Amino acid sequence: MRAIQVKQVQNAVCTMVQKINYQYPSDIYACLQAAADKETTPIGKETLRILLENSRLAAEKHIPICQDTGMVIVFLRVGQDVHFEGGSIREAIQQGVRDGYEQGYLRKSVVSDPLFDRINTKDNTPAVIYMDIVDGDQVEIELSSKGFGSENMSVLKMLKPAQGLTGVKEAVLEAVKNAGPNACPPMVIGVGIGGTFDYAAVLAKKATVRPVNEPNPDPRYAQLEQELLNEMNALHIGPQGLKGDITAFHVNVEQYPTHIAGLPVAVNISCHITRHAREVL
Amino acid sequence: MINLTTPLTKDKIKGLKSGDMVTITGTIYTARDAAHKRLKEMLEKGETLPIDLKDAVIYYVGPTPAAPGNVIGSAGPTTSSRMDAYAPQLYDLGMSVSIGKGYRTKPVLDAIVRNQGAYMVAIGGAGAYISQCITACKVIAFEDLGAEAIHELLVDHFPATVCIDAKGHNLYE
Repeated sequence: MRAIQVKQVQNAVCTMVQKINYQYPSDIYACLQAAADKETTPIGKETLRILLENSRLAAEKHIPICQDTGMVIVFLRVGQDVHFEGGSIREAIQQGVRDGYEQGYLRKSVVSDPLFDRINTKDNTPAVIYMDIVDGDQVEIELSSKGFGSENMSVLKMLKPAQGLTGVKEAVLEAVKNAGPNACPPMVIGVGIGGTFDYAAVLAKKATVRPVNEPNPDPRYAQLEQELLNEMNALHIGPQGLKGDITAFHVNVEQYPTHIAGLPVAVNISCHITRHAREVL
Repeated sequence: MINLTTPLTKDKIKGLKSGDMVTITGTIYTARDAAHKRLKEMLEKGETLPIDLKDAVIYYVGPTPAAPGNVIGSAGPTTSSRMDAYAPQLYDLGMSVSIGKGYRTKPVLDAIVRNQGAYMVAIGGAGAYISQCITACKVIAFEDLGAEAIHELLVDHFPATVCIDAKGHNLYE
């Protein structure tokens, strides 16, 4: 049994939410640089140049990369040999978000009730928290702060098994086409295939935070990721939807067994920043 | 690059074409979902609006809080389509330009043509970059809405691209 103070998790969350809002994740930044080299249209090239300049200014002058500093999603993977001490782990995560958004001058974008009140909670809580119990004695915190320009363009479809690979590709490409300029392309696309209605969406979210340099371990799915990327770039939506070459930086697919009657597909659309970070305690 | 100064009167806008890259210098107003909802409610009650819409520019943005010593925080455009329910009425009342990002619906395009206005797009997710051209910022209405309050911004060469022009040409089409 390993004891971990919840305060350690709180502090880590507080630091991570600030860092991702001021600095591109290194994997996404590499995509941005590569895209700026590869893009051939003048308007697309200029847009990507400005995004690189924006990234530099954000880090140097300490201004958030984007004004939509997002709603926080935390995936907490807790080793089964860990014992938390010093309070509630859920409250510690929320406090970390609260502290990070206050200390970091980040925008508070969460409302208390989705339908009736819609009153800003003024501290960007609550975060959405997923907790998994895993083997070992470590705690892994993976988090994202998701802007809603892209989140709003995300889609979930319950396909028929007969629609197969073609149906999945159509669903993903249709979502990307509809997202267009609204989702701040070049986009990062997370696709969840299988599981249930709800779990496909969770898989898609997990896919958006998986680093670009960690392709799907199943070669068939890794190939699907590559094919989808090529096909979405062939749509010529381009940076900011102004008709360039680079529509998406990357596609990640996560899959899970499903029911004999189903083929759920969730497409979580993410923007050219795709803030994400991972830390192990 | 076409350099424009506010107010953006019809004669300054009529020559703009979809795809033109412009800069705007002068005074613009911020408003997003909650502020638009309140403006609509005020109009329904016959009240006077807190901003003069004639030849005005409304920028769809909810900035991050300004850090000490800064005028404003990150200030890039939000998705315009959420304001589509309100925009035609504002164009009809004199607003000449709205600035945001993303698709607009047909009623907005029609209102732009009808009023000889324009819809411009700024680069989404370039909030740090755009903040550098904002030289002053003050809340002028709905302070309780925080980031969603209506702010008056002084801008110096604010970069934008004409998306829908007065003839109804749409850059995304």
